[in-house]
Amino acid sequence: MSESLREIEELTEATYEYGFSTDLDTDIAPPGLTEDTVRLISAKKDEPEWLLEWRLKAYEAWKTMEEPDWAKLQIQPIDYQALSYWAAPKQKPVLDSLDDVDPDIRDMFDKLGIPLHEQKMLSNVAVDAIVDSVSVTTTFKETLAEAGVIFCSFSEAVHDHPEIVREHLGSVVPVRDNFFAALNSAVFSDGSFCYIPKGVRCPMELSTYFRINSQNTGQFERTLIIAEDDSHVSYLEGCTAPQRDENQLHAAVVELVAKDRSEIKYSTVQNWYPGDENGVGGIYNFVTKRGRAHTDAKISWTQVETGSAITWKYPSVILQGDRSVGEFYSVALSSKRQQADTGTKMIHIGADTTSSIISKGISAGHGQNTYRGLVKVMRSAENARNYTQCDSLLLGSDCGAHTIPYIEVKNPGAQVEHEASTSTVGEDQLYYCRQRGMSEEDAMAMIVNGFCRDVFDELPMEFAVEAQRLLSVSLEGSVG
Amino acid sequence: MLHVKDLTAAIGDKQILKGLDLDVGAGEVHAIMGPNGSGKSTFAHTLAGREGYEITGTVTLDDADLLEMEPEARAAAGVFMGFQYPVEIPGVNNMYFLRTALNSVRRTRGETEVSAREFLSTAQEAMDLVEMPKDFLHRAVNAGFSGGEKKRNEILQMAVMQPRLAVLDETDSGLDIDALRIIAGGVNALRGPERSMIVITHYQRLLDYIKPDFVHVLVDGRIVESGDHTLALHLEDHGYADFVNHDLDASGRPLSGATS
Ligand SMILES: Nc1ncnc2c1ncn2[C@@H]1O[C@H](COP(=O)(O)OP(=O)(O)O)[C@@H](O)[C@H]1O
Ligand SMILES: [Mg+2]
Repeated sequence: MSESLREIEELTEATYEYGFSTDLDTDIAPPGLTEDTVRLISAKKDEPEWLLEWRLKAYEAWKTMEEPDWAKLQIQPIDYQALSYWAAPKQKPVLDSLDDVDPDIRDMFDKLGIPLHEQKMLSNVAVDAIVDSVSVTTTFKETLAEAGVIFCSFSEAVHDHPEIVREHLGSVVPVRDNFFAALNSAVFSDGSFCYIPKGVRCPMELSTYFRINSQNTGQFERTLIIAEDDSHVSYLEGCTAPQRDENQLHAAVVELVAKDRSEIKYSTVQNWYPGDENGVGGIYNFVTKRGRAHTDAKISWTQVETGSAITWKYPSVILQGDRSVGEFYSVALSSKRQQADTGTKMIHIGADTTSSIISKGISAGHGQNTYRGLVKVMRSAENARNYTQCDSLLLGSDCGAHTIPYIEVKNPGAQVEHEASTSTVGEDQLYYCRQRGMSEEDAMAMIVNGFCRDVFDELPMEFAVEAQRLLSVSLEGSVG
Repeated sequence: MLHVKDLTAAIGDKQILKGLDLDVGAGEVHAIMGPNGSGKSTFAHTLAGREGYEITGTVTLDDADLLEMEPEARAAAGVFMGFQYPVEIPGVNNMYFLRTALNSVRRTRGETEVSAREFLSTAQEAMDLVEMPKDFLHRAVNAGFSGGEKKRNEILQMAVMQPRLAVLDETDSGLDIDALRIIAGGVNALRGPERSMIVITHYQRLLDYIKPDFVHVLVDGRIVESGDHTLALHLEDHGYADFVNHDLDASGRPLSGATS
């Protein structure tokens, strides 16, 4: 191996900067999953009967289901009975005033760069902060309420807006959709809920920050976003976790409902702990994200996935209404021993529906990156169009990139285009930048960020900057 | 300024430079000519610090030992190389690239960074120099550029970086006559008493526009002849045949000389 290849490898072995854990007084259920566990969770959350029944139905379904076939993923078997399904910081979880937030939790979020203090809050971004299984606080609630926007924890929504939750919960991702969706439906703890009324353009970015803190607990969040006719919302989620030796399971479900002529833009910057360079520890991230776009509606998923030991995730759009639009922009980085199997599903049902997919996979170290995408055009989808572009970038010689597109077209009028490329960060590119005076690290960060440009351009401004920084940090190493 | 002594470079078993000597004084322009494969680009890369060569000999710039330095340190010391094959960096905007480059060397030298506004006027001057269209700064580095645009971009970068030593590797290759004139005009404008240049070319054509102080003929990893610009004219008429496939005498000169 040449000198600069070795340096590239060193560069990509950066350490995880959010690996600290916070000593919080936590209420944890004993390990194991039975019907009683489901009842316990529901009782802890003081849920209505219909929701308990919904969970139990999901639990029954889950028992009969099998884990998905791992395809390109290599994974240790998960012992679902060894996990704990409920963990919550012991303070009263949801608070009326930010000043009531447990100072330890506030400090933790400060360290993460997400200030929860009134004076320091990110302007124009409302944050729902979730620690382990529960929402600890939501900022800017009043401002949002003035516009009629509901932004709160899922648990609050169950109590305060049960009819909206009941109507939409499971309407996009049914309980038996897949193994992890069924598991989540049985035991989900908390998550975010957004409701944008008719004709309202949400006055600020909505954001949920997920933090896993406890050990040996599964994380099962549930997020539901409903955009009524002619409304608009931009939503961002961020995630980090402490550095731990054992793998932790994270299986979230996100459902988006975009009604007529509405638009939901959902962005994710996922930076769960990826494990160390030997593959010890790290989060198993098995997520089901799906949106239903009604007539003339648009759903856009943008994701920057730099963390997790394993990422298994296919944010999808059901293009149900005529002229609805689905977009998927993705950057996935796998370094160290990380494995990412991610992509999207675009299901064209309505006429004149359009979807576009831009996927950028970056593999470094011993990372394995797979794009897996489905474009399905139903018979009813007259004149449907899809454009897919998958680019892979390899940094080093021990990593891998794979592109697996599935295309199912039942309407002969459909236009489906797929382009794919694989490139390496050339030693030539690094040398060129260094000849112009840049350090190797800066050069690498610049080249990789350039590769991701089309996707970063889709992120809200503040988060684009954060994503670039994150990518640079993830690539940073011991050189210099 | 630049002193190269007994420089050899090899890749694996292949010996490319076989004992090269060259002295370049401040403000001088030296042309290096030679047939394909004689080692011209390799020489440029050993000055710029490309990895992968086994190197012996010494190279000093202003008394600093270049061979000990990383490429970026050489850049900060004032070495600029115009690439024969400029590299494409998709998604990275030219303006950002150039400003990062300039500020990187400034930081290393302990100078203050230039603001976006200051940079813009520097870049504008450089763009005028090589007649680059306005949208150029917002395009990605060399991506989708024509051959001529890539070469002009190298000169533009040189104008921004203001190097102490510019090594231009076949900056003329693949250019039509108009582009050649623009590039030569840019290079001439950047000549100065404190800046030395090594202009590598395959054809004498470029030297009609850029008058060198010295011309060297590089054949098979050695400089076999040096002279003034008339040497280039001789090569134009006679080709490299005089220097190739001839036994060399003890002094390293070809038996039938080109000094007539
Ligand atoms: N990376 C390499 N590996 C092996 N041989 C090389 C390499 N680069 C250049 N060479 C050889 O070294 C010789 C000189 O090449 P180069 O310096 O590019 O010549 P020039 O620029 O004068 O055309 C050629 O024979 C070329 O094939
Ligand atoms: Mg050459």
